[in-house]
Amino acid sequence: MRTEEVAKLADYDVVVVGGGSAGLSSAIAAYDAGAARVLVLERDVRLGGILNQCIHNGFGLHRFGEELTGPEYAARYERALGERPIDVMTHATVLRVVPGQGVVAVSPEHGVFRVGCRATVLAMGCRERPRGALDIPGTRPAGVFTAGTAQHLVNVEGVLPGREVVILGSGDIGLIMARRLTLEGARVRCVAELMPYSGGLKRNIVQCLDDFGIPLLLSHTVVGVEGQRRVSAVTLAKVDDRLRPIPGTEERIPCDTLLLSVGLLPENELSREAGVRINPATRGAYVDDSLMTSVPGVFSCGNVLHVHDLVDFVSEEAARAGGCAARYAMGEGAADPGAAVSVVAGDGVRYTVPSSLHPKTMPEAVTLRFRVTGVREHCRLSAYLGNERISTRRRDIVVPGEMQELKVRADSLASAGGDKPLTVVVEGA
Amino acid sequence: MERQTLTCIRCPRGCQVTVTLDDGEVLAVAGNGCPRGEAYARKEVTAPARVVTTTVPVDGSDGWAVVSVKTAGDVPKALVRSVVSELANVRAKAPVRIGDVVLANVCGTGVDVVATRNAT
Repeated sequence: MRTEEVAKLADYDVVVVGGGSAGLSSAIAAYDAGAARVLVLERDVRLGGILNQCIHNGFGLHRFGEELTGPEYAARYERALGERPIDVMTHATVLRVVPGQGVVAVSPEHGVFRVGCRATVLAMGCRERPRGALDIPGTRPAGVFTAGTAQHLVNVEGVLPGREVVILGSGDIGLIMARRLTLEGARVRCVAELMPYSGGLKRNIVQCLDDFGIPLLLSHTVVGVEGQRRVSAVTLAKVDDRLRPIPGTEERIPCDTLLLSVGLLPENELSREAGVRINPATRGAYVDDSLMTSVPGVFSCGNVLHVHDLVDFVSEEAARAGGCAARYAMGEGAADPGAAVSVVAGDGVRYTVPSSLHPKTMPEAVTLRFRVTGVREHCRLSAYLGNERISTRRRDIVVPGEMQELKVRADSLASAGGDKPLTVVVEGA
Repeated sequence: MERQTLTCIRCPRGCQVTVTLDDGEVLAVAGNGCPRGEAYARKEVTAPARVVTTTVPVDGSDGWAVVSVKTAGDVPKALVRSVVSELANVRAKAPVRIGDVVLANVCGTGVDVVATRNAT
């Protein structure tokens, strides 16, 4: 159906797609920056997103200076949202983002409808890499879950998904679920990790695995799944330095459940359809310092932009996106941003967000966020404009699993001109 | 004399720290890359403590089957499983607000278990 033929409910300044941590924070910031009409569209029946099922603590150390659980962190933002005249529609799934016009969505209450808006904030978050994307040989019995699905079953539905569990992948959700399932009475046989290092935070390895005597098998993968109706065993094998299973190292482990914690993928179907350019390194949008995508008036933040380790930084990034979306909607977006400096991932850096800066309109300083390609000790994170190092900081250690940041000041870009990019590198101390 | 090896969690390097103890008293800490590692190791070998998070069933809520809870402070690490066991017999009754005490003085620790989610 053509967008114009869909019944229009209302007009807004800013529409936020997604009511998780990024959506909540961006909506609040958009209102506070002067957008009087803000709408949050959330497909679940409640706000809060993934925080609702993350009942462990450790959220909010940066933002609130205390260790909150996920639901507590979400509740603080929901309360702040509720104190403002911001419209919220839950159970409303966005079908299409139409730049310059608005958003088409569907809900049980309104059927298919559209809302007009001048700026849109994409805050859809990410989803887990499913098993189908992984190529594990074997049968297809019940009992294979992503770690996040198991987390939802246990922490929201109150259902234990299995009794004898093998976890593939040492991402944080997998580690957290190893502890959670153990406390609920399941036996977690091991966590197998393809890489020679864990993908999760160190404190989760200690507090979720070591505390409970759960082995972490690095450089291991699942090479087989058995079972007719339900998983009855999985076979693990060691992998060589090119990540290929080594024949003769197979070990069969009887179990009824296999959890997968093997990566998160930003959920950008709506963004792609709207014409937003996607960075293959992050699978999220290319954005500038205002977190605006390649499509004017469409902004992106949180895990749909790049997968974060800490919700605190999602909130911070989303607040910036919301504020910039509001200013765009109120007409300031029409100002000429001047020439852009592109930000390039150099030696040892996998990607950067944002991927371009506008020295003329950017704030006094912008935080570049990025991930490194490998473990490095006693190093420097630096940004070079041509041959000139304009920002640098020493780090005792950097690992791919922990997002890095580096501040760049607008005045240090004064000499930027033409096509000189800003290159971010990891270098010797 | 007793030796314990543990992984420091104060930064991503994850130093393997060896603590030498005599009758519960720390004599030496080795392997730590910085002073924070020593402080962590001393606490971890003498009085390791954890916040416990779990869920309890909630009755009378139209939105939730279980409500998430946490110990309002650290409890001794050795009691983590006991805390969860004691909570196995506890049910909450809606409405529950964040901070409501679900179980007082769990396992005699003096620490309360409180709700971390609103359930109405």
